[in-house]
Amino acid sequence: MRPTPSQTVGPFFRFGLEWLESGQPRIAENSGIITIHGRVLDGEGQAVPDALVELYQEGSPSDSGSSFYRRLVDEDGRFEVDTLMPISVDADQAPHLDVNVFARGLMQRLVTRVYFEGQDANRVDPILNLVHESRRQSLVAKRTDRGFEFDIRLQGDRETVFFAW
Amino acid sequence: MKVQYEVVETDVQGHSSAKRFYQVDPEYNSEDYRSSRLRSPKQSLVVIPDRLVSRTGPVFGNNMVSRDERDLTLGHGGDPLGERINVSGRLLDSAGRPIANQLVEIWQANASGRYIHALDQHPAPLDPNFTGAGRTVTGLDGSYSFVTIKPGAYPWRNHQNAWRPAHIHFSVFGNRFVERLVTQMYFPGDPLMDKDPIFQSIRDERARLRLISKFDWDTTEPEWALGYRFDIVLGGHLGTPVEEE
Repeated sequence: MRPTPSQTVGPFFRFGLEWLESGQPRIAENSGIITIHGRVLDGEGQAVPDALVELYQEGSPSDSGSSFYRRLVDEDGRFEVDTLMPISVDADQAPHLDVNVFARGLMQRLVTRVYFEGQDANRVDPILNLVHESRRQSLVAKRTDRGFEFDIRLQGDRETVFFAW
Repeated sequence: MKVQYEVVETDVQGHSSAKRFYQVDPEYNSEDYRSSRLRSPKQSLVVIPDRLVSRTGPVFGNNMVSRDERDLTLGHGGDPLGERINVSGRLLDSAGRPIANQLVEIWQANASGRYIHALDQHPAPLDPNFTGAGRTVTGLDGSYSFVTIKPGAYPWRNHQNAWRPAHIHFSVFGNRFVERLVTQMYFPGDPLMDKDPIFQSIRDERARLRLISKFDWDTTEPEWALGYRFDIVLGGHLGTPVEEE
């Protein structure tokens, strides 16, 4: 069957989608919690104040499941998620989360991934290695005093790498 | 996005013949949709091979939403203004199999074409008895249903005399994260679809038709509400050619 095509999320989704903006770490422990924070920016480097960011973290087979986080960015395009450092579900792949970005002006969602600075497995990750070295850093969150910083640049000189399949 | 879908076309005898590739989703950059100018990527997307695409997706379960949340006409002091409608359908994968226990969220303007969102400046009245957001979880057969009112068309500033056709926004999840879809449902016979750059951003005509609900007598209730059917087919099902209907 022909799949149903995508349409933009539009400007006025807050009252429909904000309710699911929860998602504390599933595991009740304080150690190992990391904060991923960042901004969504447009082609002129300006904040996108009406973006929707979703992050998905696959669980391991022995784990009870996966984690899903929805965030509606603030007026400066900022979002923030507390989670546990992902484990490598697939032996080949470095720890990462899948990311969806929706916004007015985006006909369909953008799909990217967040990897983490300092992980040895980044060097051999098969998806990072699909990306030209000059653009690979856009997928790797930088260590900060608060956690890991992951800016999403929709367009421009340092445009984030987005994926298709 | 899935780059392209492979369609197996059938000849008049019903034999599978030519395979054709096509793209259902709109391009990111659209000349006619002003907001896409600074927000659409200019670099090529990096294509992930099937074997590396995430196999799972979020699971929400049945107790995520209460039963009342599928009826957008409830929860206020009185009945909303407008034409009461039942919107129902099934959530399917591209092989036609039901996607059970998954979250379906909708949001929409009221009968006069006004969203409750603070930034909506359209000089049409808000309805104190209508918010316009609902959610439900699909049944074992992939079915869902909502009760709401028919949304009005509304103007926007994309171009001279620009009007959005009446539509309901849908957000759905599939079995895998790659199947995630946000889209819009339209109503049959709406003349505004012809000039709407958002609807027209989909080049494939048969894919566009997927977004238009069908009026349905079976879910039309006497003395109560009109029925519209809207089935949603999720792509991202890897390695399986799409059968032409």
